[in-house]
Amino acid sequence: MGAEFVQLSLTPLAIGVLAAIACALPGNFMILRRQALIGDAISHVALPGIVVAFLITGTIATWPMMIGAAGAAVVAVVLIEAIRRLGRVEPGAAMGVTFTSLFAAGVLLLEQSDTSSVHLDVEHALYGNLESLIWLSAEGWGSLLDREALADLPPELGRMAAVTLLIAVLTALFWRPLKLSTFDEGFAATLGIRTGLLSLALVMTAAVAAVAAFDAVGSIIVIAMFICPPAAARLMTNRLEVQVAWSLVFATLSAVLGYVLAGYGPLWLGGNDAVSAAGMIATVSGVILGLACLFAPHRSRIGAPREAEG
Amino acid sequence: MHAALAADHPLVVQGMTVSYGERPAVFSVDAAVPSGSMAAIIGPNGAGKSTLLKAALGIVPPLSGTVTVFGRPLAEARSRIAYVPQRASVDWDFPARVIDVVLMGLYRELGLLRVVRRHHREKALACLERVGMADFAARQIGQLSGGQQQRVFLARALAQNADLYLLDEPFAGVDAATEKAIIDVLKSLKAERRTVVCVHHDLATVVDYFDHVLLINVRKIAEGPVATTFTAETLQATYGGRLATTHIDQLKLPTA
Amino acid sequence: MLSPFVSALLLQSGYNAALVAVGAALLGIAAGSGGAFLFLRKRALVSDAVAHATLPGVGLAFMVMVALGGDGRNLLGLLLGSALSASLGLLIVEWITRRTRLAEDAAIGAVLSVFFGFGIVLLTVIQTMSRGKQAGLEGFLLGSTAGMLFQDAVIIAIGGAGAIATIVLLRRPMTLVAFDAEFAAASGVSVRTIDLAMMLLVMAVTVVGLKVVGLVLVVAMLIIPSVTARFWTDRTDRLVGIAGLVGGASGYVGAAFSASAPHLPTGPIIVLVCFALFLASLLVAPVRGVLAALLRRRRFQVLVHRRQGLLSLAHGEPIFDPLTLAVLRRSGLIRRDGVPTEAGRAQSAKVLRDERRWDIARQIYQDDAVSGRYDGLTPIETVLTRDEIAEIDRRIGSPSVVGGAA
Repeated sequence: MGAEFVQLSLTPLAIGVLAAIACALPGNFMILRRQALIGDAISHVALPGIVVAFLITGTIATWPMMIGAAGAAVVAVVLIEAIRRLGRVEPGAAMGVTFTSLFAAGVLLLEQSDTSSVHLDVEHALYGNLESLIWLSAEGWGSLLDREALADLPPELGRMAAVTLLIAVLTALFWRPLKLSTFDEGFAATLGIRTGLLSLALVMTAAVAAVAAFDAVGSIIVIAMFICPPAAARLMTNRLEVQVAWSLVFATLSAVLGYVLAGYGPLWLGGNDAVSAAGMIATVSGVILGLACLFAPHRSRIGAPREAEG
Repeated sequence: MHAALAADHPLVVQGMTVSYGERPAVFSVDAAVPSGSMAAIIGPNGAGKSTLLKAALGIVPPLSGTVTVFGRPLAEARSRIAYVPQRASVDWDFPARVIDVVLMGLYRELGLLRVVRRHHREKALACLERVGMADFAARQIGQLSGGQQQRVFLARALAQNADLYLLDEPFAGVDAATEKAIIDVLKSLKAERRTVVCVHHDLATVVDYFDHVLLINVRKIAEGPVATTFTAETLQATYGGRLATTHIDQLKLPTA
Repeated sequence: MLSPFVSALLLQSGYNAALVAVGAALLGIAAGSGGAFLFLRKRALVSDAVAHATLPGVGLAFMVMVALGGDGRNLLGLLLGSALSASLGLLIVEWITRRTRLAEDAAIGAVLSVFFGFGIVLLTVIQTMSRGKQAGLEGFLLGSTAGMLFQDAVIIAIGGAGAIATIVLLRRPMTLVAFDAEFAAASGVSVRTIDLAMMLLVMAVTVVGLKVVGLVLVVAMLIIPSVTARFWTDRTDRLVGIAGLVGGASGYVGAAFSASAPHLPTGPIIVLVCFALFLASLLVAPVRGVLAALLRRRRFQVLVHRRQGLLSLAHGEPIFDPLTLAVLRRSGLIRRDGVPTEAGRAQSAKVLRDERRWDIARQIYQDDAVSGRYDGLTPIETVLTRDEIAEIDRRIGSPSVVGGAA
């Protein structure tokens, strides 16, 4: 755990943890609002957004890509709402229509455009390149105090940290109205809370988290972290405050364990190449959820069965 | 309805039409609830009772119509309204305890960031005490019976400390003890000169519980004091064939 | 000289392209009508979980086949593996939904992301495996028909045809369950068995579709056709048929189009053709389409305001609502200054009479067939006969009138 760790593993690990936390926070509310799959939709449409951004700017600079992906998320959310309302289509189906079509458009654009010379491909979009976000100029723990070395940190780290902080602040600030309108939307409306706006803001926050995380770790982690840690956390407790705390623990655990297993697991098993860290983090989060489903104290439903609602 | 009249009425609804799709659920309803009254909104299933209440609260958008609360537009008078939604309108599997739900009633006081202090908690507990649920404060809401859920909702409304209470079917599917507890609380509210409006479906208890009725079936049929308005005639007009004459005879109607 | 697109449509662009087009059409029909049952059960996104859950199966099947000394790229073997892991994913979705307090959407999202993530892990393992050369399994993500072997096309065609045959065979019980599961159970249909068959069907379509459109886009083939079909019919049996038609047409046209020029990947083109059909239906379908709904909504709003305005005129109440005023003014019922015209007075008297008649009618007719029709808009002439109305008119004016001009 010396210089090599700091140079090769510290930053990807930190980025992975931050991404997991940024996604898990809004994920808690999306699970309770039965909107878990919005995260799925958002992360699928990031691909067309990135391709369009590339076609417009002609570069693979980060900011245009992020703006493109965020724009695509907005387009997707608007389209889903429009199809749901205008066509009176149930939300799940409206979501399915929207994100698959946009994804198809993204793949088509990608094939049509000449992106062979630059590193822009579907695989990257799907599982990111967490492993490559290394801190080259670090020479050991001491580098954390070395201004020169710090300036050379991968920019993804700063960006991810800023987004995670923003989401944490927003969650804390709007905690009460979020909780209230998630539990009882009608009552929240009578208090003057703009429930429609809040709902849209939540989705937009999720989109920001998805886009920032997506850039670094790909869309699998995004979907998995939106859903698995909060879902597992829901089974641990019956209080929202505690649930969110558990979800952060699970998200962090998934990121750390997943990264370590991806990097060192194959070595322990006698292999010599690491496997996809993004995939492994998602897998670990699934294992945690599986364990929660089997053993968590509050795993089963109590009281009256839930009413069938769309 | 004129401004002078609207000013001293807690709730005035004018020309309210609400429609889901192409069929009006509520058509051009005018109503004025007098101050300090216990009012019931009565009508058959699907007559638009709950829809009228929700439109009056701005939860569902009306096609046309205005709402005036204590002489002011709804948006300016929200702090004077407390609302008890139908029990079935929320997911009781939500991760919260009874006390958390009651504290939601203090939202206007707490705002976004103010910390919940001891006196807030005591206030919430006092509201639970009033509905006989103080022992359940730490209970997960999913573990409550239907009647207990209803009482928790009422406690949350009490915490709002409002002048106008709007309740959507508070007695639907609750046990006798809960019904008694709820009506006692509502009567105490009336004693404090607050106004209570309930969507109500049990005709047998109207005379005992309420002093003002609004009979609707999509359109307003009649409105006024129970003593003069809750009659066999108006009931017949409201329910049409859905209410057998024998049934009406069994009701303790105020006037023969 | 035919353009490349037309010649592809007519199956004139070579044997392979023709095979792909026919295969895609069969797949489209199977996916469209199979997905329709899922759509009717309001479980459209279960297909999302199924599709993503195929990936680890593909990876494991490859590794097993290589371990056994085989090629690893045998399509049948890979499809078998994908079917197994998709089944496992489906079982887990069901288990989570039934056994824990988590809702189905969370279960779907969890299964799809975790299975997909694990699948990616396996793909990276395969990439570094010493044997098996370049596996080309990435093709399963987005589909690739370019290098498709003849036997692959045959497998897809047979799979598609088999799925269609199953749908034809089981359409009655499946329609029944999709329409009303409780009724189906009451009439002796085993809902669980049919649900299982439905899921197996969706899985079969997904697995067969992997090679053509890839696992992300096969979801589109299962969902979009039935959503499209819903705009054109209210009947369950027709919905299944139309969805099959939409799916088949998208598959065929999309495959032909993609064969007509380079850089037109089959999967995305098929999905986009399907989306175009959806979009057209959303806009122009006669009853449920957006244009039709807009017109109807507008007409309805005018109707409500006209009636409300006329009633206010009849009662001599002032009108404040600007839309009501505009509606009345435009139809010449009031003057610019708000005073009713001759026609306005006549119309408002007529509306008031209609209201009074309804009051009486609702007292006389003790059944929902008449009273239930009252919505403030339906003229009484459309509900009662002339004689009945005459009888009502005879009663009007008697002191028992309630609520009329209150």
